[in-house]
Amino acid sequence: MPEAHRKLERNAIGFVLAIIGVSAIGGLVEIAPLFTIHETVETAKDMRVYTPLEVAGRNIYIREGCYACHSQMIRTLRDEVERYGPYSLAVESKYDHPMLWGSKRTGPDLARLGNKYSDAWHVAHLINPRHVVPQSVMPRYGWLMRNEVRIDDAGQHLAALRVVGVPYTDEMIANATKDAYGQANPDSDQAAGVTQRYGEATNVRTFDGEPGRLTEMDALVAYLQVLGHLTDAAYKQTSSAKE
Amino acid sequence: MISGLTVSERQSALLILIVMAFVGLAMAGVGRGDLLGVHGGIVLMISVALSFAVIGHYYDPEPPAERLAEYYDDPTRVGIVLAMIWAVVAMAVGVWVAALLAWPDMTWDVGWLSFGRLRPVHTSGVIFGFGGNALIATSFHVLQRTSRARLPDQISPWFVLIGYNLFCVIAATGYLMGLTQSKEYAEPEWYADLWLVIVWVTYFVLYLRTLQRRQEPHIYVANWYYMAFILVVAVLHIVNNLAVPVSLGHAKSYSLFSGVQDAMTQWWYGHNAVAFFLTAGFLGMMYYYLPKRAGRPIFSYRLSIISFWGITFMYMWAGSHHLHYTALPQWVQTLGMTFSIVLLVPSWASAGNALATLNGAWFKVRDDATLRFMMVAAVFYGLATFEGSFMAIRAVNSLSHYTDWTIGHVHGGALGWVAMITFGSFYALVPWMWRQERMYSPKLVEVHFWLALSGTIVYVFAMWNSGIIQGLMWRTYNENGTLAYSFIDSVVAMHPYYIARAFGGFLFLLGAIVCAYNIWMTIRLSKAKVVTEDGKTDVPVLEPATVLQAGE
Repeated sequence: MPEAHRKLERNAIGFVLAIIGVSAIGGLVEIAPLFTIHETVETAKDMRVYTPLEVAGRNIYIREGCYACHSQMIRTLRDEVERYGPYSLAVESKYDHPMLWGSKRTGPDLARLGNKYSDAWHVAHLINPRHVVPQSVMPRYGWLMRNEVRIDDAGQHLAALRVVGVPYTDEMIANATKDAYGQANPDSDQAAGVTQRYGEATNVRTFDGEPGRLTEMDALVAYLQVLGHLTDAAYKQTSSAKE
Repeated sequence: MISGLTVSERQSALLILIVMAFVGLAMAGVGRGDLLGVHGGIVLMISVALSFAVIGHYYDPEPPAERLAEYYDDPTRVGIVLAMIWAVVAMAVGVWVAALLAWPDMTWDVGWLSFGRLRPVHTSGVIFGFGGNALIATSFHVLQRTSRARLPDQISPWFVLIGYNLFCVIAATGYLMGLTQSKEYAEPEWYADLWLVIVWVTYFVLYLRTLQRRQEPHIYVANWYYMAFILVVAVLHIVNNLAVPVSLGHAKSYSLFSGVQDAMTQWWYGHNAVAFFLTAGFLGMMYYYLPKRAGRPIFSYRLSIISFWGITFMYMWAGSHHLHYTALPQWVQTLGMTFSIVLLVPSWASAGNALATLNGAWFKVRDDATLRFMMVAAVFYGLATFEGSFMAIRAVNSLSHYTDWTIGHVHGGALGWVAMITFGSFYALVPWMWRQERMYSPKLVEVHFWLALSGTIVYVFAMWNSGIIQGLMWRTYNENGTLAYSFIDSVVAMHPYYIARAFGGFLFLLGAIVCAYNIWMTIRLSKAKVVTEDGKTDVPVLEPATVLQAGE
């Protein structure tokens, strides 16, 4: 072996090619099949896409680095299922570009957070977590209530997401800004289109408690309230396993 | 430094800077109303400032032709200084975010002061700012010595170094403003990623060009590692950062991959950023500076070969151990676990090779804190790789994952291995670079050593304790068969360990400040007088010597 290697290490280009070849194998074997084996991601007919407001909320979640302390991936372990809910399925993050599975739980997992607490709880908690959970070490996010969320470019966001594979329709893209406003203003004219395009189950509420103004709080709470509820697949799987 | 450039090189520098200034201007223009515009402004300002610096020396006389008979070390010197600046800043941010977990109200309701935005400033700052600059600086030094050839030109090393630091500045300022892709250790957005590709290709080409000029028939083992670092990081970076921007005027982009494929790609990247940035590159450092400082040849050539190819091959399979029990298919998890365990063989081959090299020089380890830094680094490398293989076992991972144990593991590697080998190498390198017999104060090196070691141990023990307690509390059942603790119970239990961790980190930061001071004073000494006259021996081979090669 050392003799052959002595030859190799006299040739820079050969060495470079050897490194590329040897290092490429692992990734190719492990990643490429994930795109071709269909069983990798389950099918869920009821899986819906994020609304423009939820996309904006998700981007705030990313911006503030929430994923550094909160996972969105319930593992197939008894204590996790009992603590957080049915274990996460691949299909549930099918439209997540990028995924936010996380790697650390300084705070609890959020994969099934949606509908667990009221909007008012979330608003109070985000403004000062210690108002509702005295021992919490989460930062305060008061600026979410002060900042208006940018939605004039919501259509461009959906269009970019369509390029990477999320099935937004032309109609959704054309009405994105209106839908973003409507989802947080149920009494406005723009509200009706939201459920029409994204389904009856879509939350259309004044998330931050202040109608009219569309704040970052509206967007983030709308996103948090839909976590784990884009499809029922995980809940069905658990109940059928119990039978 | 600028007067060391030839006039034509000054012209190219100016041309590059003007192009960059226009790119910055264009970004500021199309990105107005978006944070992209702010970054455009930063690029523009830095380019204009550097242009003025070049113009200020534009009419200086040409550098003497004798420079070609010496190695080109200016970029290495600047790289060392930049690495130390990043080290102090990023470690200070680390101590701060550690304190935020114990006293969360220190965010004061200011966005850029909150944990989520500061954390990547710490991680990118130490990994890319400190580690990356250290790698670039030492790689230029090692490459030239082991090839006995001068760098081929005086522009591309500066382009690599300054371009890379521009990337780091864009990254860190972006995080503060909330610009992140959320992919851990690959947070910077698309335009910063594109820029890094340009810088990195230049780095690779520079490396190859210098190797082609080498006056040594064989490529030394340190260069294998530096090359693997440059090449594989390029591949990882490009694949994991594939994304579609919202528009050319938006900083925001959407990852090409989603869900399970994105998770696998991200951790294939993430784990191999550890492998090829934080391991391969620093092994390159170790394979040069440790034998040099010890005055002993590397213990085993055969072990070097085994460990190099073992690491290059096997690390790439290990990423999926970050995704045990998740929605990632079981077969990928099992492959990742298997290779992670086998990976212990090449890892310990390297650690053992380093320690065995010290045989016959242990009295130097006792007396010389610089060599002791390198020895302890090799020990921590061995410990951290053992721990890593252990934590990759699925059953162990079920407890350790998502807990502070991971943080403890990472810091065992980052503080104990990466930072210690860097400090050791710097203490060896700085006197050579600034032509001194030794560092300004060997006593302060000793002080730094003990601060760094005690800081690392306090940190790691705090996180082991908190991580294991956390993991156990989450899975403890009471006699009624229900979960015994609520999540917030585990948060409360962490409080003392978070304080201990911040203290350990503070000790380590103090050590880094001592190091920066010591390096600074050594540089000042060199302004007063140049002591050593090793210019005679530390020079490249000029004429292509007729070297008899094996088999000829």
